[in-house]
Amino acid sequence: MSLVGRALAPGSIVLNAEAADWESAVRMVGSALVASGRTTDAYTDAMVQTIHDLGPYVVIAPGLAMPHARPSDAVLETGMSLVVLEHPVKFGNAKNDPVRVLFGLAALDHDRHLELLSEFASLFSKDGFVNSLLSCSTVDEIHSLFA
Amino acid sequence: MKIIAVCGAGIGTSVLLKMNAEKVLRTLGLTATVEASDIETARASRDAQILLTTPEIVEKLQGLPSEVIAINHVFDLGEISEKLSKAML
Repeated sequence: MSLVGRALAPGSIVLNAEAADWESAVRMVGSALVASGRTTDAYTDAMVQTIHDLGPYVVIAPGLAMPHARPSDAVLETGMSLVVLEHPVKFGNAKNDPVRVLFGLAALDHDRHLELLSEFASLFSKDGFVNSLLSCSTVDEIHSLFA
Repeated sequence: MKIIAVCGAGIGTSVLLKMNAEKVLRTLGLTATVEASDIETARASRDAQILLTTPEIVEKLQGLPSEVIAINHVFDLGEISEKLSKAML
């Protein structure tokens, strides 16, 4: 399995999610990190606070956000979570809104997740990868994308 | 030439920017050191010629002796290539 596939532990993927706004979408991403044993609730608060403080810079490509916060005691293990929204939300990012795919990232430190992100970058540099994700209807289909 | 990719936490967006900037530099045949860091570290270091970031962070990097480049789409190597080469060549 790929590093991204391994980073998405059981409980970390939520499909067909409904969120009223960006903050509840980011909180779902955080809950999925907590549910899969990667972080504590404090990390979710930190992800939301970072966006309040610095703006929606976690919206890194059209339709795609990668909420994250600094390494801290709230990170138990490096990992990712994935939330796919039924209806997109706006973050206030002029170029890349609206967002339907959110990958949460939790890192223990500044180094140990670099290979994971390198793989993540290669996947998302392919045209249409976000659309392939959106066409998945089950967690198994998502995992087979990251086989 | 030193480039710092900057984001709020220094572990996510900035790391993706750094990786894609390195790819672009190899393609362009340009040589530069690229680091990833958070805003505070980037502001304190003051030795980079170019700061690579996203539009939301640009205003936090004002008043430094570096050119600040904003990238909208972190995976768009074409955008990174166009903006980096304009700044470096």
